[in-house]
Amino acid sequence: MDSGTGEGSTSFTDDYETFISTTDVDLLKRAWRNEKAAPEILQYEAALVHRIKEQIELAEQNVEASEADGEDPLTMSLYQMDLDRTQFLLRSYLRVRLQKIEKYIFHILKTDESLNRLSDEEQTFAASCGDDLRAHLKETVLSKLPTDYNSELKQSAASEEDDMVPAPRLDSFVICKARQYISGLDFEPEYSHEITEMERDLLTFVCYKFIKKPLENGKIDLV
Amino acid sequence: MAGQSGSQLSLFTPDEVEFVAEDELVEIVPNLRMDSLNFICGDYGPFYPQIAIQVPLWLALALKKRGKCTIRPPQWMSIENLTQVLEGERESHAFQTLPFHYVEISRLLFDRARDDIPDVYMVRSLVEDIRDVRFHKVETNLENFTNSSLVLQWKNMAAMEVNIIRAFSGRALQAFYRHENEQAVPDLDRTQDRQPQNLNDRPRVCRSFCCIPIFPLHHWIDKIVFISCLLDYCPTIVFLWRAYCLFVVPLQRNLRPR
Repeated sequence: MDSGTGEGSTSFTDDYETFISTTDVDLLKRAWRNEKAAPEILQYEAALVHRIKEQIELAEQNVEASEADGEDPLTMSLYQMDLDRTQFLLRSYLRVRLQKIEKYIFHILKTDESLNRLSDEEQTFAASCGDDLRAHLKETVLSKLPTDYNSELKQSAASEEDDMVPAPRLDSFVICKARQYISGLDFEPEYSHEITEMERDLLTFVCYKFIKKPLENGKIDLV
Repeated sequence: MAGQSGSQLSLFTPDEVEFVAEDELVEIVPNLRMDSLNFICGDYGPFYPQIAIQVPLWLALALKKRGKCTIRPPQWMSIENLTQVLEGERESHAFQTLPFHYVEISRLLFDRARDDIPDVYMVRSLVEDIRDVRFHKVETNLENFTNSSLVLQWKNMAAMEVNIIRAFSGRALQAFYRHENEQAVPDLDRTQDRQPQNLNDRPRVCRSFCCIPIFPLHHWIDKIVFISCLLDYCPTIVFLWRAYCLFVVPLQRNLRPR
Protein backbone atom coordinates (compact mmCIF):
# COMPACT_ATOMS: atom_id res chain seq x y z
CA MET A 1 0.00 0.00 0.00
CA ASP A 2 1.39 3.43 -0.89
CA SER A 3 2.27 5.53 2.09
CA GLY A 4 0.08 8.61 2.17
CA THR A 5 1.71 11.99 2.19
CA GLY A 6 -1.08 14.08 3.63
CA GLU A 7 -3.30 13.64 6.68
CA GLY A 8 -6.27 12.72 4.49
CA SER A 9 -4.61 9.88 2.67
CA THR A 10 -3.07 8.38 5.84
CA SER A 11 -6.40 8.30 7.58
CA PHE A 12 -7.91 6.76 4.45
CA THR A 13 -5.36 3.95 4.44
CA ASP A 14 -5.86 3.47 8.21
CA ASP A 15 -9.60 3.18 7.71
CA TYR A 16 -9.18 0.87 4.76
CA GLU A 17 -6.81 -1.40 6.66
CA THR A 18 -9.16 -1.47 9.60
CA PHE A 19 -12.02 -2.21 7.23
CA ILE A 20 -10.40 -5.17 5.57
CA SER A 21 -8.95 -6.64 8.74
CA THR A 22 -11.94 -6.31 11.08
CA THR A 23 -13.87 -9.52 11.30
CA ASP A 24 -17.51 -9.78 12.25
CA VAL A 25 -16.46 -11.20 15.60
CA ASP A 26 -14.40 -8.06 16.28
CA LEU A 27 -17.39 -5.91 15.41
CA LEU A 28 -19.65 -8.00 17.64
CA LYS A 29 -17.14 -7.78 20.48
CA ARG A 30 -17.06 -4.00 20.11
CA ALA A 31 -20.87 -3.79 20.03
CA TRP A 32 -21.05 -6.05 23.11
CA ARG A 33 -18.62 -3.90 25.11
CA ASN A 34 -20.36 -0.69 24.14
CA GLU A 35 -23.74 -2.12 25.03
CA LYS A 36 -22.55 -3.41 28.38
CA ALA A 37 -20.86 -0.20 29.42
CA ALA A 38 -23.50 2.28 28.24
CA PRO A 39 -26.26 3.30 30.66
CA GLU A 40 -28.95 3.47 27.97
CA ILE A 41 -29.82 1.08 25.18
CA LEU A 42 -27.92 1.58 21.94
CA GLN A 43 -28.89 1.05 18.32
CA TYR A 44 -29.46 -2.59 17.42
CA GLU A 45 -26.88 -3.94 14.99
CA ALA A 46 -29.32 -5.84 12.79
CA ALA A 47 -27.03 -6.56 9.84
CA LEU A 48 -24.16 -7.67 12.05
CA VAL A 49 -26.31 -10.02 14.15
CA HIS A 50 -27.84 -11.50 11.01
CA ARG A 51 -24.41 -12.21 9.50
CA ILE A 52 -23.12 -13.72 12.73
CA LYS A 53 -26.17 -15.95 13.03
CA GLU A 54 -25.57 -17.27 9.53
CA GLN A 55 -21.91 -17.94 10.25
CA ILE A 56 -22.79 -19.71 13.48
CA GLU A 57 -25.32 -21.93 11.71
CA LEU A 58 -22.78 -22.77 9.03
CA ALA A 59 -20.18 -23.63 11.66
CA GLU A 60 -22.65 -25.80 13.56
CA GLN A 61 -23.44 -27.72 10.38
CA ASN A 62 -19.73 -28.19 9.70
CA VAL A 63 -19.12 -29.53 13.18
CA GLU A 64 -22.00 -31.99 12.88
CA ALA A 65 -20.85 -33.10 9.45
CA SER A 66 -17.28 -33.67 10.56
CA GLU A 67 -18.51 -35.52 13.64
CA ALA A 68 -20.46 -37.87 11.39
CA ASP A 69 -17.43 -38.30 9.14
CA GLY A 70 -15.24 -39.21 12.08
CA GLU A 71 -12.69 -36.45 11.61
CA ASP A 72 -9.78 -35.69 13.85
CA PRO A 73 -11.27 -34.98 17.33
CA LEU A 74 -8.68 -32.26 17.99
CA THR A 75 -9.78 -30.17 14.99
CA MET A 76 -13.40 -30.74 15.90
CA SER A 77 -12.92 -29.59 19.47
CA LEU A 78 -11.11 -26.46 18.27
CA TYR A 79 -13.95 -25.61 15.90
CA GLN A 80 -16.38 -26.23 18.75
CA MET A 81 -14.42 -23.84 21.00
CA ASP A 82 -14.51 -21.10 18.39
CA LEU A 83 -18.23 -21.70 17.92
CA ASP A 84 -18.80 -21.50 21.71
CA ARG A 85 -16.91 -18.24 21.97
CA THR A 86 -18.92 -16.60 19.20
CA GLN A 87 -22.18 -17.90 20.60
CA PHE A 88 -21.28 -16.50 24.02
CA LEU A 89 -20.68 -13.05 22.54
CA LEU A 90 -23.96 -13.07 20.65
CA ARG A 91 -25.97 -14.37 23.60
CA SER A 92 -24.41 -11.93 26.04
CA TYR A 93 -25.07 -9.03 23.67
CA LEU A 94 -28.73 -9.95 23.33
CA ARG A 95 -29.02 -10.61 27.07
CA VAL A 96 -27.63 -7.23 28.03
CA ARG A 97 -30.11 -5.55 25.72
CA LEU A 98 -33.00 -7.53 27.19
CA GLN A 99 -31.87 -6.62 30.71
CA LYS A 100 -31.86 -2.95 29.79
CA ILE A 101 -35.29 -3.22 28.20
CA GLU A 102 -36.67 -4.85 31.33
CA LYS A 103 -35.07 -2.24 33.55
CA TYR A 104 -36.38 0.78 31.65
CA ILE A 105 -39.50 -0.75 30.14
CA PHE A 106 -41.91 2.16 30.53
CA HIS A 107 -39.33 4.72 29.51
CA ILE A 108 -38.54 2.84 26.30
CA LEU A 109 -42.19 2.38 25.42
CA LYS A 110 -42.77 6.07 25.95
CA THR A 111 -39.82 7.43 23.97
CA ASP A 112 -39.84 7.00 20.20
CA GLU A 113 -36.10 7.43 20.00
CA SER A 114 -35.47 4.46 22.30
CA LEU A 115 -38.15 2.36 20.63
CA ASN A 116 -36.52 2.83 17.25
CA ARG A 117 -33.27 1.45 18.58
CA LEU A 118 -34.83 -1.94 19.25
CA SER A 119 -35.12 -4.74 16.74
CA ASP A 120 -38.56 -5.97 15.72
CA GLU A 121 -38.47 -8.93 18.09
CA GLU A 122 -37.32 -6.71 20.92
CA GLN A 123 -40.17 -4.29 20.26
CA THR A 124 -42.67 -7.15 20.46
CA PHE A 125 -41.02 -8.29 23.67
CA ALA A 126 -41.06 -4.78 25.12
CA ALA A 127 -44.73 -4.29 24.28
CA SER A 128 -45.81 -7.58 25.83
CA CYS A 129 -43.53 -7.09 28.85
CA GLY A 130 -44.98 -3.61 29.38
CA ASP A 131 -48.52 -4.92 29.13
CA ASP A 132 -47.79 -7.71 31.60
CA LEU A 133 -46.18 -5.33 34.08
CA ARG A 134 -49.02 -2.86 33.78
CA ALA A 135 -51.60 -5.59 34.31
CA HIS A 136 -49.66 -6.95 37.30
CA LEU A 137 -49.35 -3.53 38.96
CA LYS A 138 -53.03 -2.79 38.35
CA GLU A 139 -54.12 -6.08 39.79
CA THR A 140 -51.93 -6.03 42.86
CA VAL A 141 -51.72 -2.39 43.88
CA LEU A 142 -53.15 0.27 41.62
CA SER A 143 -56.73 -0.86 41.51
CA LYS A 144 -56.84 -0.50 45.28
CA LEU A 145 -55.63 3.09 45.28
CA PRO A 146 -57.88 6.14 44.82
CA THR A 147 -58.45 7.25 41.23
CA ASP A 148 -56.03 10.13 41.39
CA TYR A 149 -53.15 7.86 42.37
CA ASN A 150 -53.67 4.74 40.31
CA SER A 151 -51.57 5.51 37.28
CA GLU A 152 -48.39 3.51 36.84
CA LEU A 153 -46.68 6.42 35.11
CA LYS A 154 -47.49 9.34 37.38
CA GLN A 155 -47.30 9.58 41.12
CA SER A 156 -50.59 11.39 41.29
CA ALA A 157 -52.95 13.13 38.90
CA ALA A 158 -51.35 16.39 39.95
CA SER A 159 -47.90 15.40 38.58
CA GLU A 160 -47.01 17.22 35.41
CA GLU A 161 -44.70 14.60 34.00
CA ASP A 162 -44.37 10.86 34.24
CA ASP A 163 -42.40 10.75 37.45
CA MET A 164 -42.93 7.09 38.28
CA VAL A 165 -40.92 6.03 35.24
CA PRO A 166 -37.22 5.40 35.91
CA ALA A 167 -35.10 6.79 33.11
CA PRO A 168 -31.52 5.78 32.32
CA ARG A 169 -28.98 8.07 33.97
CA LEU A 170 -27.18 9.75 31.14
CA ASP A 171 -24.90 11.57 33.55
CA SER A 172 -23.25 8.38 34.74
CA PHE A 173 -19.55 8.14 34.07
CA VAL A 174 -18.05 5.71 31.60
CA ILE A 175 -14.54 4.81 30.50
CA CYS A 176 -13.83 5.16 26.82
CA LYS A 177 -11.13 5.23 24.19
CA ALA A 178 -11.22 7.22 21.00
CA ARG A 179 -10.44 5.31 17.82
CA GLN A 180 -9.19 8.39 16.08
CA TYR A 181 -8.44 11.96 16.98
CA ILE A 182 -11.68 13.72 17.85
CA SER A 183 -11.94 17.47 17.63
CA GLY A 184 -14.45 19.73 19.34
CA LEU A 185 -16.74 19.62 16.29
CA ASP A 186 -17.65 15.99 16.93
CA PHE A 187 -19.21 16.75 20.30
CA GLU A 188 -22.53 18.39 20.96
CA PRO A 189 -22.13 22.17 21.07
CA GLU A 190 -23.62 22.46 24.56
CA TYR A 191 -20.85 20.27 25.98
CA SER A 192 -18.04 21.81 24.01
CA HIS A 193 -16.83 23.85 26.95
CA GLU A 194 -16.47 20.72 29.07
CA ILE A 195 -14.66 18.54 26.57
CA THR A 196 -12.79 19.99 23.64
CA GLU A 197 -10.88 17.14 22.10
CA MET A 198 -9.84 13.57 22.58
CA GLU A 199 -6.65 11.93 21.46
CA ARG A 200 -6.53 8.49 20.02
CA ASP A 201 -6.19 5.52 22.35
CA LEU A 202 -6.16 7.55 25.55
CA LEU A 203 -8.26 6.14 28.40
CA THR A 204 -10.80 8.77 29.37
CA PHE A 205 -13.26 8.85 32.26
CA VAL A 206 -16.09 11.04 31.10
CA CYS A 207 -19.77 11.70 31.60
CA TYR A 208 -21.78 9.53 29.22
CA LYS A 209 -23.88 12.32 27.74
CA PHE A 210 -20.78 14.23 26.61
CA ILE A 211 -19.65 11.41 24.33
CA LYS A 212 -23.06 10.19 23.23
CA LYS A 213 -22.79 11.73 19.77
CA PRO A 214 -19.29 10.43 18.85
CA LEU A 215 -20.30 7.03 20.21
CA GLU A 216 -23.26 6.86 17.84
CA ASN A 217 -20.95 7.79 14.98
CA GLY A 218 -18.60 4.97 15.87
CA LYS A 219 -15.64 7.19 16.74
CA ILE A 220 -15.42 6.14 20.37
CA ASP A 221 -15.33 2.72 22.01
CA LEU A 222 -16.44 2.15 25.56
CA VAL A 223 -14.06 0.00 27.55
CA MET B 1 -34.94 -13.94 33.34
CA ALA B 2 -32.35 -12.53 30.99
CA GLY B 3 -29.51 -11.59 33.30
CA GLN B 4 -26.47 -13.73 33.81
CA SER B 5 -23.39 -11.57 34.11
CA GLY B 6 -23.93 -9.76 37.38
CA SER B 7 -26.72 -7.69 38.85
CA GLN B 8 -25.09 -4.44 37.83
CA LEU B 9 -25.49 -4.07 34.10
CA SER B 10 -22.39 -2.09 33.31
CA LEU B 11 -19.86 -4.12 35.27
CA PHE B 12 -17.57 -6.60 33.59
CA THR B 13 -16.58 -9.64 35.63
CA PRO B 14 -12.89 -10.57 35.64
CA ASP B 15 -13.79 -13.63 33.56
CA GLU B 16 -15.26 -11.42 30.88
CA VAL B 17 -12.12 -9.27 30.84
CA GLU B 18 -10.10 -12.46 30.49
CA PHE B 19 -12.39 -13.57 27.66
CA VAL B 20 -11.58 -10.39 25.75
CA ALA B 21 -7.87 -10.82 26.49
CA GLU B 22 -7.87 -14.34 25.06
CA ASP B 23 -8.23 -12.92 21.57
CA GLU B 24 -4.75 -11.39 21.66
CA LEU B 25 -2.28 -12.99 19.28
CA VAL B 26 0.69 -14.99 20.57
CA GLU B 27 3.37 -16.96 18.78
CA ILE B 28 3.43 -20.73 19.04
CA VAL B 29 5.64 -23.48 17.67
CA PRO B 30 3.44 -26.46 16.83
CA ASN B 31 4.77 -30.00 16.85
CA LEU B 32 2.17 -31.43 14.52
CA ARG B 33 0.98 -31.00 10.99
CA MET B 34 -2.54 -29.61 10.62
CA ASP B 35 -4.54 -28.03 7.84
CA SER B 36 -5.64 -24.43 8.16
CA LEU B 37 -8.51 -23.74 10.52
CA ASN B 38 -11.32 -21.57 9.16
CA PHE B 39 -12.91 -20.16 12.27
CA ILE B 40 -15.69 -17.61 12.46
CA CYS B 41 -13.16 -15.29 14.07
CA GLY B 42 -10.53 -15.73 11.37
CA ASP B 43 -8.37 -18.20 9.48
CA TYR B 44 -5.24 -19.69 11.03
CA GLY B 45 -2.74 -22.13 9.68
CA PRO B 46 -1.75 -24.37 8.05
CA PHE B 47 0.40 -25.68 10.88
CA TYR B 48 3.79 -27.25 10.16
CA PRO B 49 6.02 -28.80 12.83
CA GLN B 50 8.67 -26.38 14.19
CA ILE B 51 7.42 -23.46 12.10
CA ALA B 52 6.30 -20.55 14.31
CA ILE B 53 2.84 -19.09 13.72
CA GLN B 54 0.64 -16.42 15.29
CA VAL B 55 -2.64 -17.60 16.79
CA PRO B 56 -5.11 -16.23 19.35
CA LEU B 57 -4.28 -16.96 22.97
CA TRP B 58 -7.29 -19.25 23.53
CA LEU B 59 -6.24 -21.43 20.60
CA ALA B 60 -2.64 -21.51 21.82
CA LEU B 61 -3.73 -22.58 25.30
CA ALA B 62 -6.04 -25.27 23.89
CA LEU B 63 -3.23 -26.70 21.77
CA LYS B 64 -0.78 -26.46 24.67
CA LYS B 65 -3.18 -28.33 26.95
CA ARG B 66 -3.23 -31.20 24.49
CA GLY B 67 0.54 -31.09 24.17
CA LYS B 68 0.48 -30.06 20.53
CA CYS B 69 2.63 -26.95 20.70
CA THR B 70 4.95 -24.79 22.76
CA ILE B 71 4.10 -21.16 23.38
CA ARG B 72 6.75 -18.49 22.88
CA PRO B 73 6.36 -15.84 25.58
CA PRO B 74 5.73 -12.41 24.06
CA GLN B 75 8.55 -9.88 23.67
CA TRP B 76 7.44 -7.72 26.56
CA MET B 77 7.66 -10.66 28.97
CA SER B 78 11.45 -10.92 28.89
CA ILE B 79 13.35 -10.29 32.12
CA GLU B 80 15.26 -7.31 30.69
CA ASN B 81 12.12 -5.57 29.48
CA LEU B 82 10.21 -6.20 32.69
CA THR B 83 13.10 -4.97 34.84
CA GLN B 84 13.24 -1.82 32.76
CA VAL B 85 9.48 -1.34 33.04
CA LEU B 86 9.60 -1.87 36.80
CA GLU B 87 12.32 0.73 37.23
CA GLY B 88 10.36 3.14 35.05
CA GLU B 89 7.22 2.57 37.12
CA ARG B 90 9.07 3.23 40.35
CA GLU B 91 10.72 6.39 39.12
CA SER B 92 7.97 8.24 37.35
CA HIS B 93 4.33 9.07 38.09
CA ALA B 94 3.17 8.04 34.65
CA PHE B 95 2.40 4.47 33.65
CA GLN B 96 4.92 2.67 31.48
CA THR B 97 3.84 1.21 28.18
CA LEU B 98 2.56 -2.30 28.64
CA PRO B 99 0.04 -4.26 26.60
CA PHE B 100 -3.52 -3.46 27.57
CA HIS B 101 -4.15 -7.02 28.72
CA TYR B 102 -0.76 -7.71 30.27
CA VAL B 103 -2.27 -8.94 33.56
CA GLU B 104 -4.56 -11.51 31.97
CA ILE B 105 -2.00 -12.71 29.42
CA SER B 106 0.72 -13.15 32.02
CA ARG B 107 -1.62 -14.94 34.42
CA LEU B 108 -2.85 -17.36 31.77
CA LEU B 109 0.68 -18.13 30.63
CA PHE B 110 1.90 -18.69 34.19
CA ASP B 111 -1.00 -21.02 34.90
CA ARG B 112 -0.90 -23.13 31.77
CA ALA B 113 2.41 -22.66 29.98
CA ARG B 114 4.85 -22.42 32.85
CA ASP B 115 7.49 -24.63 31.26
CA ASP B 116 7.66 -22.47 28.14
CA ILE B 117 8.81 -19.37 30.01
CA PRO B 118 12.51 -19.15 30.84
CA ASP B 119 13.17 -18.13 34.50
CA VAL B 120 9.48 -18.26 35.23
CA TYR B 121 9.84 -17.43 38.95
CA MET B 122 11.83 -14.29 38.21
CA VAL B 123 9.39 -13.20 35.52
CA ARG B 124 6.46 -13.90 37.80
CA SER B 125 7.86 -11.88 40.66
CA LEU B 126 8.66 -8.98 38.31
CA VAL B 127 5.11 -8.95 36.96
CA GLU B 128 3.69 -9.05 40.51
CA ASP B 129 5.89 -6.12 41.52
CA ILE B 130 4.87 -4.14 38.46
CA ARG B 131 1.20 -4.80 39.25
CA ASP B 132 1.67 -3.62 42.84
CA VAL B 133 3.48 -0.41 41.88
CA ARG B 134 0.96 0.42 39.19
CA PHE B 135 -2.02 -0.20 41.41
CA HIS B 136 -0.49 1.95 44.11
CA LYS B 137 -0.25 4.72 41.52
CA VAL B 138 -3.88 4.17 40.58
CA GLU B 139 -4.91 4.54 44.22
CA THR B 140 -2.87 7.73 44.59
CA ASN B 141 -4.47 9.17 41.49
CA LEU B 142 -7.91 8.37 42.84
CA GLU B 143 -7.19 10.56 45.84
CA ASN B 144 -6.73 13.47 43.47
CA PHE B 145 -10.32 13.38 42.27
CA THR B 146 -11.77 16.82 42.76
CA ASN B 147 -15.05 18.34 41.79
CA SER B 148 -13.43 19.93 38.79
CA SER B 149 -12.26 16.64 37.31
CA LEU B 150 -15.13 15.91 35.00
CA VAL B 151 -12.97 14.57 32.23
CA LEU B 152 -10.06 12.43 33.37
CA GLN B 153 -7.49 11.03 31.05
CA TRP B 154 -5.02 8.31 31.93
CA LYS B 155 -2.39 6.98 29.64
CA ASN B 156 -1.40 3.33 29.50
CA MET B 157 -3.65 1.95 32.20
CA ALA B 158 -4.31 -1.77 31.77
CA ALA B 159 -7.65 -3.52 31.36
CA MET B 160 -7.71 -5.27 34.72
CA GLU B 161 -6.78 -2.11 36.62
CA VAL B 162 -9.54 -0.22 34.84
CA ASN B 163 -12.03 -2.93 35.68
CA ILE B 164 -11.14 -2.92 39.37
CA ILE B 165 -11.81 0.78 39.82
CA ARG B 166 -14.60 1.06 37.30
CA ALA B 167 -17.52 0.82 39.74
CA PHE B 168 -16.00 2.98 42.44
CA SER B 169 -14.66 5.74 40.22
CA GLY B 170 -17.85 5.86 38.17
CA ARG B 171 -20.00 6.42 41.23
CA ALA B 172 -17.52 8.84 42.80
CA LEU B 173 -17.36 11.01 39.69
CA GLN B 174 -21.12 10.86 39.37
CA ALA B 175 -21.51 12.03 42.98
CA PHE B 176 -19.14 14.95 42.33
CA TYR B 177 -20.99 15.84 39.16
CA ARG B 178 -24.37 15.71 40.87
CA HIS B 179 -23.28 17.85 43.79
CA GLU B 180 -21.79 20.39 41.48
CA ASN B 181 -24.83 20.60 39.25
CA GLU B 182 -27.50 20.19 41.87
CA GLN B 183 -29.05 23.49 40.89
CA ALA B 184 -29.26 22.48 37.25
CA VAL B 185 -30.91 19.15 38.12
CA PRO B 186 -34.20 20.01 39.82
CA ASP B 187 -36.57 17.06 39.86
CA LEU B 188 -34.67 14.70 37.62
CA ASP B 189 -33.71 12.72 40.72
CA ARG B 190 -37.31 11.84 41.29
CA THR B 191 -37.31 9.54 38.31
CA GLN B 192 -34.77 7.31 40.04
CA ASP B 193 -35.83 4.13 41.76
CA ARG B 194 -35.36 5.61 45.21
CA GLN B 195 -37.76 7.54 47.39
CA PRO B 196 -37.78 11.09 46.10
CA GLN B 197 -37.86 12.62 49.56
CA ASN B 198 -34.48 11.32 50.65
CA LEU B 199 -32.83 12.19 47.36
CA ASN B 200 -34.01 15.78 47.41
CA ASP B 201 -32.87 16.04 50.99
CA ARG B 202 -29.34 14.92 50.19
CA PRO B 203 -27.89 17.97 48.40
CA ARG B 204 -29.49 20.41 50.82
CA VAL B 205 -28.17 18.55 53.82
CA CYS B 206 -24.66 18.34 52.40
CA ARG B 207 -24.59 22.04 51.67
CA SER B 208 -25.59 22.87 55.23
CA PHE B 209 -22.73 20.71 56.50
CA CYS B 210 -20.14 22.54 54.51
CA CYS B 211 -21.38 25.83 55.95
CA ILE B 212 -20.74 24.83 59.54
CA PRO B 213 -17.42 26.47 60.41
CA ILE B 214 -15.85 23.77 62.52
CA PHE B 215 -12.23 24.01 61.56
CA PRO B 216 -10.31 21.71 61.23
CA LEU B 217 -13.12 19.20 60.74
CA HIS B 218 -14.52 20.61 57.47
CA HIS B 219 -12.45 18.31 55.33
CA TRP B 220 -13.79 15.41 57.38
CA ILE B 221 -17.29 16.59 56.44
CA ASP B 222 -16.42 16.30 52.80
CA LYS B 223 -14.92 12.86 53.31
CA ILE B 224 -17.84 11.53 55.30
CA VAL B 225 -20.41 12.93 52.88
CA PHE B 226 -18.42 11.57 49.97
CA ILE B 227 -18.17 8.10 51.49
CA SER B 228 -21.77 8.12 52.59
CA CYS B 229 -22.94 8.97 49.11
CA LEU B 230 -20.99 6.03 47.87
CA LEU B 231 -22.32 3.68 50.48
CA ASP B 232 -25.88 4.91 50.09
CA TYR B 233 -26.32 5.01 53.82
CA CYS B 234 -26.55 8.73 53.53
CA PRO B 235 -29.75 9.27 55.49
CA THR B 236 -28.44 7.39 58.53
CA ILE B 237 -24.98 8.91 58.54
CA VAL B 238 -26.42 12.30 57.69
CA PHE B 239 -28.72 12.06 60.69
CA LEU B 240 -25.94 10.97 63.04
CA TRP B 241 -23.62 13.67 61.75
CA ARG B 242 -26.29 16.30 62.15
CA ALA B 243 -26.93 15.20 65.70
CA TYR B 244 -23.19 15.37 66.38
CA CYS B 245 -22.90 18.88 64.94
CA LEU B 246 -25.91 20.26 66.69
CA PHE B 247 -25.36 18.82 70.13
CA VAL B 248 -21.82 17.58 70.71
CA VAL B 249 -19.73 20.23 68.99
CA PRO B 250 -21.18 23.25 70.83
CA LEU B 251 -20.51 21.40 74.08
CA GLN B 252 -16.93 20.79 73.02
CA ARG B 253 -16.53 24.41 72.10
CA ASN B 254 -17.77 25.51 75.50
CA LEU B 255 -15.51 23.14 77.29
CA ARG B 256 -12.40 23.83 75.20
CA PRO B 257 -9.94 26.13 77.01
CA ARG B 258 -9.36 29.45 75.13
